[in-house]
Parts: sequence; C-alpha cells; structure tokens
Amino acid sequence: MRLLRSAFFLLIVRPVLTIVLGANVRHRERLPRSGPAIIVANHNSHLDTLTILALFPLGDLPRLRPVAAADYFMTNKAMAWFATNIIGIIPIDRGKRNEGANPLQPCEDALDRGDILILFPEGSRGEPERLTQFKKGVAHLVKARPATPVHPVFMHGLGKALPKDALLLVPFNCDIVVGEPVRWGDSVDGFMDVLQSRMAALAATVRMPPWE
Amino acid sequence: MTMLDSLSPVQAVIGGIYALLIVASVLVAVLRRSKPGDATTELTKRVVSWWWMITVFTIAVLTDRVVSTVFLGFVSFLALKEYLSLIPTRRVDRSILIFVYVAIPVQFYFAHITRFGLFMTFIPVWMFLFLPGLMTVMGRTEGFLRAVGMLSWGMMITVFSLGHTALLLSFGAKTSYGAGPLLFLVVLTQFNDVAQFTWGKLLGRHKIVPSVSPNKTWEGFLGGLVTTTLIARVLGPYLTPMPELWSALAGFIIAGTGFIGDITISAFKRDLGVKDASNLIPGHGGILDRVDSLVYSAPVFFHFMNYFFFNGRAL
Repeated sequence: MRLLRSAFFLLIVRPVLTIVLGANVRHRERLPRSGPAIIVANHNSHLDTLTILALFPLGDLPRLRPVAAADYFMTNKAMAWFATNIIGIIPIDRGKRNEGANPLQPCEDALDRGDILILFPEGSRGEPERLTQFKKGVAHLVKARPATPVHPVFMHGLGKALPKDALLLVPFNCDIVVGEPVRWGDSVDGFMDVLQSRMAALAATVRMPPWE
Repeated sequence: MTMLDSLSPVQAVIGGIYALLIVASVLVAVLRRSKPGDATTELTKRVVSWWWMITVFTIAVLTDRVVSTVFLGFVSFLALKEYLSLIPTRRVDRSILIFVYVAIPVQFYFAHITRFGLFMTFIPVWMFLFLPGLMTVMGRTEGFLRAVGMLSWGMMITVFSLGHTALLLSFGAKTSYGAGPLLFLVVLTQFNDVAQFTWGKLLGRHKIVPSVSPNKTWEGFLGGLVTTTLIARVLGPYLTPMPELWSALAGFIIAGTGFIGDITISAFKRDLGVKDASNLIPGHGGILDRVDSLVYSAPVFFHFMNYFFFNGRAL
C-alpha cells in the first residue's frame, strides 16, 4: 500500500502539478522537517490536499495526515478506500461536539505519534479563491498539545483550476506561500486572531488577478 | 576538416551555439570574479538557464519532427497558461478556456500535416468567431467585450504566432532543409535579444520607449539589428534555401520584428503590473518573457519568406 501511495504521488500527482499547474512555491524551507506539527491552509479545491502532500519529500508521506470530514469522504466505499489508503486522511465527525467524546482525539493521537497534520480551518472549500473565517478546532487542538508548531500555508490558483463542483481541470499557474510557524499563546481566540492575520499577510504577498 | 564536413548544417550550427555558450560562461565567470554583485549573479543565473534551454531545444530539434512539433506545442501551452494566469478572467468563462487550450494541439497538428489553409484560418477565423459565440450562449454579458478581446489576443500571440515555428518545420521537411529554417529563426531571434542587451550595456545612451521598457536604447537596437543581419547573411545559405542577400534581409526583419515583439509583451506586462510573466526560468522570468520576440519574428519571418522569396508557394 505504501508503494501504491508513493507511485500515485510520483507518477500522477507530481507531473500534473508541475506541468498542468506549474506551482510557484515560496519559502518551501519553512515547512516542518519532522513532526509533530500542523499545516494550516486555505481551502479552495480538492487539489489543495494533494498539492500540500506533494510539497514534501516522498519519504515523508506516511507521516502526513490530512484531516477531513468523515461525512463527506467516508460515506462512499471507493472514496473511503482512496481517502484512507492513498491520501491517508484522518476522518473527523463534524458536528458531534455534544456527545461527550472528543472529536479531535484521533488528531491528538496522531500528533503524539509525531505525525504532521494538514488542516483546512475554513471547514469547506466554499466559494473558491475567497478566504473565509477560520473555525476554532485547530486552536483547541493546539491548546491540548501546546508544543506543536502551526505552519500557515496560503495557496492561490487551485480554486480556479478545479473549483467545487467542477468536473474538468483547467490549467492555471498557482502560487503557494509558506509562512513562519505560529505557536500557542494563552487563549483560543488570541491564537485564532494571530493565525488568521498571519494568513491574511501571506495572501497579501500573492498577486491575484480578478476572477469574478 | 573531415569531421566538420560530415556534420549537417543544423548540427554544425548547434555546435557553434555551444561554443558561444562556453565562451559566454567563461566571460561571465571572469566578470563575476572581478565584479561580484547582484548584476553578475543575475547574469550567471541567466547563463545557467541558457544551458538548460539550449539543451532541451537541441534534443527536441535533433530527435525527429514529431518530437520537435510536440515540444513547440508544449512551449505554446506554457505561454498560454502563463497568459491566462496573469489576466483577469470571468468565472463563467472557465469552460471556454478548455477550448482555448484545445486549440493548441489542433493548430500544431495542422502545421505538422502541412495544411497551410487550415493553419492560417483556424484561429483568426474559426476560433475567433466560435469562442465569442459560445460565450454568448453562456449568457453573461457583463465584461463580455473585455473577455473576448483578452482571450482572442492571447490565443493569437501564444498559439497562432508561436505555431509558425512548427510550420517552419513542415517547410524544412518539404525543402529537405529539416530543422534548418526553424533553427535560423530561433537562433537569430534569441541572438538578437542578447546582442541588443550587450550593445545596450556597452553603448546605450538614448532610450527608445522609456515608458514601456526603460532599458531599451537606440544603440542597443541598432547594434542588434546590424549584428543579426550580418550573422543571418552567413547562416542563411546553410540553414535555408535563401542565398546571402535574402538571408541578410530576413535577419534584418527578424531583428526588427523581434524588437517589436519584445516591447509589446513588455507593454502587456506593464499594464498588468508585473515585471515577469512567471518564475519558471531563473534569471529570465517566464516562458512569455523568453518567447516575446519570437511571437513577432516567427510569423513575419515565415510570411516574408513565403510571399517574397517563394511567391506564396513555400508550402
């Protein structure tokens, strides 16, 4: 399975990303070399997860765990197989907060194992290429594991290439900017403010032609 | 001498390019040692990228015609992608862009099978009429004219104009000059860029179009024009069916139109507020920055040769 995963990234994801999309990556050196760590990115497209996974060396694949909604990815059998085995997601139940169990437990366990989590705090892909308010789950996760660095990554262009509900991939060059890691401060709201403003600052460094 | 004799003109010229590249690399290395700084670091990057580009181009041109055509189509694809990524686009036109991309294989296929009429009409007639029609069916009129204008121009420069490079391969195959005519065009266009840059750095005083391209000077432009014309006079008889004087005239035209292409793409970038079209080629910018002169010199050179030297019967 590990071989299949590596082959999928080496033979399909990377060529498509370099040729069809031509990612321009800035500050790749800021990515974490080892876990535990959290990557936080804006979400515009199904390509987002693949793109972030492809930023790392192939050998890091087993350590990289995208966090994804169970209700979206785990309902269909084929999709569930692909999501867990090839992409390596950690499925999370959205909106079951009041039943006593901690929905973030699998994420905390993964951090304890030294994995690198990939989180999209916007919650869904939503309106493509528009940065929306982050959800606070990531702050609660960092509060539980305060030593974990959180690396913001801003991406532009993937939402134009393959937005929500689109069937065909249209080639566009895309920009990826990696920011300096954010650390846990003293409150959930304070952390979210820092993270959100750090992401906005990264977004401001990218030239985004109008797309109305 | 016997080894030189056994080389084809194309191989000999490519050998000459590498010799020139080695000389340039040595010069830049010396310059870097005597004057370290940002300018020489940039120059080094540029020369390293030249090695890459010339190697890829050499392999593509020397392999065979299909590989060469596919390579040229890929360059056109990269240029179009850069263009479409830079301009403002309407969300509703996303599916239209797929048709624009599909125009590339079609255009280069027409070049490959030497269907001159189809090649000449496919984009300026069929795509030109068909795309706005399709966009009308989409039903959104807001920003319609702007979108039609930008897509049409982009397709003309990145697919139609650059497509003429593949047409030169067909022409070369027909006249048994092989990749010669294409090599003639590309070498002279790129050489002219370098010659203009060098003459401009050495003697440049009087700016031509400071509001568009502040580094372009009359001295650089004229220096490039004369040097390129002279080189064309020497290379033309080997690489093309044209004798010395016609070759020199072709070189003159390539240098002049190449310059116009260069500043036209500069004007386009300036309007969008970017310095380079992308960061694909270190020291050069994007593909569009590298093929800017070719966008003009390729069609003008081809049609000059076709109409004036072959009376319209080159293909």
